[in-house]
Amino acid sequence: MAFRSAVVTFPGSNCDRDLAVALEKISGTETIRVWHGDAELPDNLDFIGLPGGFSYGDYLRCGAIASRSPVMQAVVAAAARGVPVFGVCNGFQVLTESGLLPGALLRNSGIRFVCREVSLKVENAQSLFTSGYEAGQHIRIPVAHHDGNYHADEDTLNRLEGEGRVAFRYAEDVNGSARQIAGVLNAAGNVLGMMPHPERAIENTHGGTDGRALFESAIRGLVGA
Amino acid sequence: MKVRVHVSLKPGVLDPQGRAIHHSLEGLGFSGVNDVRAGRLFELDVADSVSDEALDDMCRKLLANMVIENYRIEKVA
Repeated sequence: MAFRSAVVTFPGSNCDRDLAVALEKISGTETIRVWHGDAELPDNLDFIGLPGGFSYGDYLRCGAIASRSPVMQAVVAAAARGVPVFGVCNGFQVLTESGLLPGALLRNSGIRFVCREVSLKVENAQSLFTSGYEAGQHIRIPVAHHDGNYHADEDTLNRLEGEGRVAFRYAEDVNGSARQIAGVLNAAGNVLGMMPHPERAIENTHGGTDGRALFESAIRGLVGA
Repeated sequence: MKVRVHVSLKPGVLDPQGRAIHHSLEGLGFSGVNDVRAGRLFELDVADSVSDEALDDMCRKLLANMVIENYRIEKVA
């Protein structure tokens, strides 16, 4: 069975091609490109990617307008059916704004845009997206964001930790995120949002390949080895 | 009908922008500023037929993010 993935482009997305290419290189099949105004997604998708960027110019709040766009209603419905949804950076912000993931992404505590490679600790290595890593493993992945400061109330944070829904944690303080959380899963485990960009670490020319295992995990988990 | 919607961060939510503004005020020599919280103001012009419930809905569904923000609706005229 061929892996069938789609990447959504919002006005202002700028990592959509990176995400589509990463999926294509690792799966060997073409990634379908979907536009924000599409009310319907292609049938029988195995994977939906929400890319990084500055959808709608970050107007109102990062990801806020995109999360109310026509295609997101279809994404929310697909996620409810169990289709894997993966949001990177602005895609993570869209996922929290749409309610698919808890919490919110605030302005970085240091005010500045942070653009560098960071060390992440893999907290949950049993999810669809992270089974290719070892629990506790440290990986190096680039970040590039102004609003990556993860916030949720204490009860929510405790629940996320207790349910193993913290997928990745920064090994150092990068942006002021509560409990240094870098990526979270939904309760069913089929939605992952993270600020770091694994799609920018899949080839040696990127300076590292620690992002590959994320896509390999998902593809293997969905269509078999 | 003119309506103002004031959106502010909930107490306890870190506000780096407010902190930077606070710092800048101090840099300008203003003393006695204890705290600054940055918010947002929307001015809406809506038909008189728009109900209070609909205004409330607009705030909850879009203008404010209820995870981190509170809102207050003020009818101007």
